Amino acid sequence: MSIKVTLPTALARHTGDQKTFTSDAPNLPGLLAEFDTKFPALSANVKDENGRLRKFINVYVNDEDIRFLGGDAHAFEDGDEVMLIPSIAGGCCTQRRWLSLPYGDLLD
Amino acid sequence: MEYSCNLYELRCGECGKSYGNRPLSACPDCFAPLEVQYDLEAVRGVFTRENIAAGPANIWRYKALLPIPEGFAPDLPVGFTPLLRANNLGKRIGATNLYVKNDAVCFPTLSFKDRVVSVALANARAFGFTTVGCSSTGNLANSVAAQAARLGLDACILVPADLEAAKILNTQVYGARLVRIDGNYDHVNRLCTQIADEYNWGFVNVNLRPYYAEGSKTVGYEIAEQLGWKLPDNIVCPMAGGSLIRKIRKAFKELIALGLVEPKEVRFFGAQATGCSPISHAVKQGWDYIEPQRPNTIARSLAIGNPADGPAAAKMIRETGGWAEDVSDVEIVSGIQELAETEGIFTETAGGVTTAVTARLYAHGRISLDEITVSVITGNGLKTTDALEGCFEPGIAVKPKLAAFDEYLRSLDAATEPELAYAGEAR
Repeated sequence: MSIKVTLPTALARHTGDQKTFTSDAPNLPGLLAEFDTKFPALSANVKDENGRLRKFINVYVNDEDIRFLGGDAHAFEDGDEVMLIPSIAGGCCTQRRWLSLPYGDLLD
Repeated sequence: MEYSCNLYELRCGECGKSYGNRPLSACPDCFAPLEVQYDLEAVRGVFTRENIAAGPANIWRYKALLPIPEGFAPDLPVGFTPLLRANNLGKRIGATNLYVKNDAVCFPTLSFKDRVVSVALANARAFGFTTVGCSSTGNLANSVAAQAARLGLDACILVPADLEAAKILNTQVYGARLVRIDGNYDHVNRLCTQIADEYNWGFVNVNLRPYYAEGSKTVGYEIAEQLGWKLPDNIVCPMAGGSLIRKIRKAFKELIALGLVEPKEVRFFGAQATGCSPISHAVKQGWDYIEPQRPNTIARSLAIGNPADGPAAAKMIRETGGWAEDVSDVEIVSGIQELAETEGIFTETAGGVTTAVTARLYAHGRISLDEITVSVITGNGLKTTDALEGCFEPGIAVKPKLAAFDEYLRSLDAATEPELAYAGEAR
C-alpha cells in the first residue's frame, strides 16, 4: 500500500524542498512516526511538545478534512492523497524568496 | 517584500516571536496566527479624542492605530457608519438600551469588509503586489474588486460556486477576475493557501491576513466614540472566521490602555447560523478547539465550517463572560424582517443571524433589558434578496382609478382581518 503525501512550501524547507513523496504509513500517527525517522526537522516543526500534530495544521485525505473521517483512527487506503496544510497559511510564495533573502535567517 | 516600521510589527500570538512587516500570516515555527502588535506608548499623545475628532469622518481618523505603511495616503471614505438607538426593535425583544451598528451602509460596497480590505490593500501596495485576491463568501469579493479597481491593482477572486447571484455580479462589475470553485468556502480557502504558495499574489485574507484583520478594529473604535467615548456592556457580533469579534475587543482594550475610555469588562456574544455553528458549538461545549462542520445554511457569508480564528474567538467569548448562540434559517429570515420592520434597516442573512441571536439572548436572560448592548450588523440585504424569495407577493396591478384603489385596499383588509381575528383567539 502506498499513499502520496503533499507538503506546502512552508514545510518543504525541512525535506530538501521535496513537496511530494510516497509513504506506506497506515494512518496519521503512522505518518508522523515516519517523519521522525525520515525527516526529523519536519517532525520537530509539525509536532507540539506532546508529540501530537500542532493544532494549527490541518490534514486532508483526498480533499476531505481528516477530522470528518475519524482523525487518527482513519485508515489510509492505497492511492490516497494526503495533504498537510497550515490552517492559517500564507506568505509561502514570498517565503520561498526569503529563503535566499534575509528572511531565511528567521526560518532557521 | 517587506517594510520597516517602528510603530508596529507582526508577532506570533502563541510563541511571541516577532517578524517585522511582511506578507506572512502564520508563525513559521508553531503555525499560530500572527497579530499586528503596536508600540502603544509611541502613539500615546497622538491617538487622542481631540486628534480623532479633528480627523476625517471615516476610519482614517483612527489611522494612528492601523497598520498603514508610511507614504500611503488613504483617500477612500470607508466606515464611520451609523450607530442607531434601536428603540423599536428593543420593544419587540424586551431591550431598553439596544443599539445597532449599521455596516449595511459601509462605503464603498455595503459591508464591514470595506474596512479590512482598505487596510489590507494599503499593505499590498507597500509589499509590491500588483495582483491581489481573496477567498470569499461574497462581501469580501465585492470589496476587494471595488477597491483594487480604484487602486489600479489586478484582482483575482475565488468564491464558492453556489454564491448569491448579486454577490457574483457585484464582483464582476468592477472588472475583477472571478473564479467560481466547485466546493464550499473551506474548499476555496484551502485552494487559496495553495495558490498563495505558487503565485506571487497578495491574498487579503491569506498572506495579508494580519493587516487585513486589523481593519476590523475600527468597528470597535467607532462604537466607543459614537457612545460618547464609553464602552457598551455587551457586543453581539456575527461570526464566520471568528476574527471581527476578537478585533472589536482588541480595539476596546487599546482605548482603555490609552485612556480614551474608562475601563470596563465588556461581554462578547457570538452569533452563528445553526447550519454552520462550529464556534457557537465550541463555546457551548467549553472547548478550546473547533470541530469543523459542513455548512448548510442560507447565511452564506457566515458559512465557514473550519474557521481560522474560531478557537481564539471561542476562548475569548468565554473569558469575557459572554456566550454564543445559533439560529435556524427560518429565524434568520425573521431576523431580517424584524430589523427592517422596526428600524428600517435591510440587512443580509448574516444580520438576520445577529438580530435573531440578539433576541434570543434577551429571551434567555443572558442579557438584561437595560444593559447597553450593541448588535453589529455587517452587511446589506440587497445582496441576499434570494433569502426572502416567497416571503412577499408583489400583488396585482391595480387600475389607475380611485375606485379601483379603494376596492383593492378593501380586498386586502378583508384578507388580513380573519388572520388578525385568529391571532387574537390564539392568544
